[in-house]
Parts: sequence; C-alpha cells; structure tokens
Amino acid sequence: MPSFTDPFEALFSLQRALDARRASDWLGGGTAAMGSYPPINVFQQGDDFVAVVELPGVDKADLQIEAKENTIRISGKKTINYGEGASIHRRERVWGVFDRTFSIPIQIEPDGIRAEYRDGILALHIPRAESQKPRTIKIG
Amino acid sequence: MPDQQELQVQQKREVERKPESTVPARRFLPVTDIFETGDELKVILEMPGVGKESVDIRVENDVLTIEGQVDFTKYQGLTPLYTEYNVGNYARSFELSSKIDQERIGAELKDGVITLILPKAEKAKPRKITVR
Repeated sequence: MPSFTDPFEALFSLQRALDARRASDWLGGGTAAMGSYPPINVFQQGDDFVAVVELPGVDKADLQIEAKENTIRISGKKTINYGEGASIHRRERVWGVFDRTFSIPIQIEPDGIRAEYRDGILALHIPRAESQKPRTIKIG
Repeated sequence: MPDQQELQVQQKREVERKPESTVPARRFLPVTDIFETGDELKVILEMPGVGKESVDIRVENDVLTIEGQVDFTKYQGLTPLYTEYNVGNYARSFELSSKIDQERIGAELKDGVITLILPKAEKAKPRKITVR
C-alpha cells in the first residue's frame, strides 16, 4: 500500500479539467485573476490562511506587499542581468514588473499578516479576524 | 522600455522521463537561461522552494544533471483552497561539449535561482589571430 499520496493530485486534476475547458474558449474570458503574475496558491491552516507565491530571482528589496481590509497587493520587479557582451544560447526566464491584488473572501487581520521570503518563495501567513472566529455561546 | 514589460505566468513543463522514479512525486523542468561570455558559460535555473541542502549537481559521461528537491513537509497541515501552480521537484540535464572544463564547474544558489558557472577549457577560449 502506498504510504505517500500526492496531496495536490486530486485538486490539480480538477484544476486541469477546468483549465482545459477554459482553453477551449467555450465560456470565453475566464476569471480575470487567472494567468496573472506571480502565481499564487492559497491554503487553509487551522483558522488562518497561507498564501504561497512563487517569485524566484526577485530581490527582497524589490518586493512590496500591502494589505488593506481583506485585500492584499503584491508588486515589484524582477531583473535579470546577463552582463556585458554575453551571447545568449537559451532564454526561458522572464523578467519585468508585476502588480497583483487578490482578496480573501472573509475578514482578515491585515496588521497580523506575516511575510516570509525564502528560496524564491513568498509565504504570507494571514490570520482570520477575531470577529470571524467561531465562539461558544453559553446558555445563561 | 525593456524593463517595464509586464510579467506573464509561464506554465511549468513536466519532465518526460523514461525510467520510473521510486517516489511518487512530480518533477518539473526548471526554466533555464544559458549564455556565454568570453571565458565561461553560465547556466541559470529557477527552482523556487529548493534550498541549498537539497540541490544535487553532478557530471556523468559528459552530461550535467541538476536536481532540486522541494520540502513537502512545509505543506503538511495545509488544506489547498485555491491553486494556480503545481508543486514538485525539479530535474534537468544538459550535454556538455569538450570545450567545458568539467573539473572547475561552480554553483551558487540565491532566491531559488541556481547559477552554474562552466569555465571553458583553455583550448576553447577565444583567441585573436593576428595577421602577419
């Protein structure tokens, strides 16, 4: 019996099916947020949320994160320096400016957001607002 | 203005592998730039989420192989709600010509980007020919 199952598999096959439909252009347009840079994965961790963003090769100093109410904005630039007189054999990496805003569909604590950038991955730990947390009601 | 172009998402390409791997994890081709300067070749690979201790770079039979492992334990206890990209390990190989000095290949990793410096062998360095 396999002890390891790819936790993403089920979700990704659904996503692939949705993407295939989107690629067929049947519904046209699609959601505006898809295809924006940088790509974002959002997870739930207990009561809180974690947004994991792939930003390889972006200098920490060139990265800005803003949060207001339940909206988070990630902007910055990625630069590539080939150096003087380099002759290019293969160019696949992309560079330029990016500016992306996304919102979380519930109330969050914008002041409590913790950002961590390591090995080209930006992780945003987003706490749920206190007012959104379930509470036990005592019968008086 | 070249540095004001807007960034677009690139779809990850999955490695088309022939031998099967023993771990049921996905593997992707890291996005790579290769360029040449006077006395060296630079290979730059993007492997977001790969730390210094989980990169494996080796040269065997004139093939340079770079593998990066992603730490899946970081995703433990996280339930995906919305996803736009896949997570997996990275692997890519390149054939080296005899022009590369295989003994002196250097590598560094910063912000999920690996830079490999492949010095050219003495005989392959460009030289100027003077007309007598």
